[in-house]
Amino acid sequence: MTQYSPLRIFFKTVVARAYPRVIATWRQVAWIFFDMAFPIVGSLAMVLVYQGLHAPRQYLGFVVMGGAMLAFWQNVLWSMATQFSWDRGNGTLELYTIAPTTFEAVLLGMAVGSMITTTIRAGVILVAGSLLFGISYASGGALAAIGVFLLTLAALYCLGMLLASLFLFYGREAWHLATALQEPVNFLSGLYFPVRALGSYVAGGASLVPMTLGLDAMRQLLLPGTPVFIPVGLETTIVAIQVPLYAVLAGVALRFLETRARSEGKLVTRWE
Amino acid sequence: MAGTSPSSNSSRPAVETRQLGRVYKSRKDVVVALQGVDLSVNQGELFGVLGPNGAGKTTLIKILVTLLLPSSGQAWVDGLDVVTDYRALRHRISMVSGGENAGYGLLRVREQLWLFSQLYGMSSSAARSRIDELLERLGLAEVANRKITGLSSGMRQKMSLVRGLMTDPRVIFLDEPTVALDVGAARDVRTEVRRWMREDPTRTVILTTHYMQEADELCDRVAIVNRGEVIAHGTPQALKQQVDEDVIVDLQLEPGRPLLDALRAVEGVGAASAREEDGIDRFSLLLADDAVLPRVLSTVEGSGRRVTGLIRRQPTLEDAFVKLVGRSLHEEDSAENGA
Repeated sequence: MTQYSPLRIFFKTVVARAYPRVIATWRQVAWIFFDMAFPIVGSLAMVLVYQGLHAPRQYLGFVVMGGAMLAFWQNVLWSMATQFSWDRGNGTLELYTIAPTTFEAVLLGMAVGSMITTTIRAGVILVAGSLLFGISYASGGALAAIGVFLLTLAALYCLGMLLASLFLFYGREAWHLATALQEPVNFLSGLYFPVRALGSYVAGGASLVPMTLGLDAMRQLLLPGTPVFIPVGLETTIVAIQVPLYAVLAGVALRFLETRARSEGKLVTRWE
Repeated sequence: MAGTSPSSNSSRPAVETRQLGRVYKSRKDVVVALQGVDLSVNQGELFGVLGPNGAGKTTLIKILVTLLLPSSGQAWVDGLDVVTDYRALRHRISMVSGGENAGYGLLRVREQLWLFSQLYGMSSSAARSRIDELLERLGLAEVANRKITGLSSGMRQKMSLVRGLMTDPRVIFLDEPTVALDVGAARDVRTEVRRWMREDPTRTVILTTHYMQEADELCDRVAIVNRGEVIAHGTPQALKQQVDEDVIVDLQLEPGRPLLDALRAVEGVGAASAREEDGIDRFSLLLADDAVLPRVLSTVEGSGRRVTGLIRRQPTLEDAFVKLVGRSLHEEDSAENGA
């Protein structure tokens, strides 16, 4: 029996847990239809609404960018946060728990593994939507927008880890939370409209989800004339703070809820 | 005492519990799953934990593999406290449960096993080599590239055993590893467990099983758990000696009205169990002496049932279990308990 370092185990776990998701890309090709066709239809509907209302042209850009970001939020919510509920149901969570790895590594592996499909899905929405509706972007802000996007993604996945900790303990009870977080967050984070329209208090509250400020910053950078909620620099700083904040909170919550789950027998309860 | 086990390294037990207890609380009730369990399992031992459903066997295992916290008492595995040293302990243990369904169906056997090996930090090359070796031994080499969803339950269970063994744990916990397996698959599992232990005499196995013959054949020592308490432990031979002086009789009856309670009520019947096999009711009776038999036969006759066979035989571990627990392991699973 060889005992390996925590760092080695961490990275090996990330790669290993990412593997089934990467493999699924090729072995379960149905995702190409379900994960790409339907979201495009959703974005298309919003574009038609805006066109019907004769909204300013840049609003079509809001929809397309929002549709692309939605892919990542749904991935965080349904392919990462809720995954522990499935893993608990079939006994996989027990095996993760008794192994010398960490839940953070397992969750990061899930995130990395689903990044391929999610990025393709988001990319298709962005490219197809932009070509279809003739949306042009300010090329000067592209690099900064990519930086904000990556930062937003990091914060979003750390938030996903935090949410996953709830599934570690509550199992299926936490599905209600995931459901509750989907549509309201889609609305409050301004996926299809500038978040400023919600007013300072609501938009401020919605900023707890990194997507809200990240998306607003990217829109300001790529779609000139976007109504400004708060300046790009401040939005980026807040998102940058959210990354370590949510990462630390996720670590604390995972540790705390693992102990509670061990105490209350939640880890050994299968379907609940 | 937190931290390491009180024993010195060389004589350190592989598993030790002191007054271990576990209570499940819900809004409606409180269930005592385990209480006052004192056990000491030596390194290199294959130790069996026997008991009826709900006796507390799985709760004991889940505490020892760090999935559950005890409500009272202490436990050490390989010298490490299951509560305070659980992170270090997880490097040294492994668990395989019967009917395991863990993992990802779209993966192939070799891929799935590799995935779990990485959670322990094994190098991919070492893992693959170990996996191939174990798959070969368990007769799974041919299905190494088959998807998990295409495996039979027996193959899946053997694959789980490979998962449990491949990381070379100091102590492995096998929770009903042969449940629902056919005779051949169960034999393969038992053979591999024995071989794995022979490779390193300090390796330890904790086994829970429903099959008395399996426990008798495999285990160096066993503990019998009932209603959360260890009611007896020792070598299978020592436990069988508890029924050495009893007269053990197997009765075969044609099906009819329930009789078990009536037989248990006969004076001189120490314990009785029943099961139905191939349309015949089979009763095992522990009698104080030969003089009890006529009273038993008279009770059977009075019930209107016909005896089709009667054998006096040597005691088995199951007889000792029935005497200690009051019923057989099969009884609760039987369709007709009152056979």
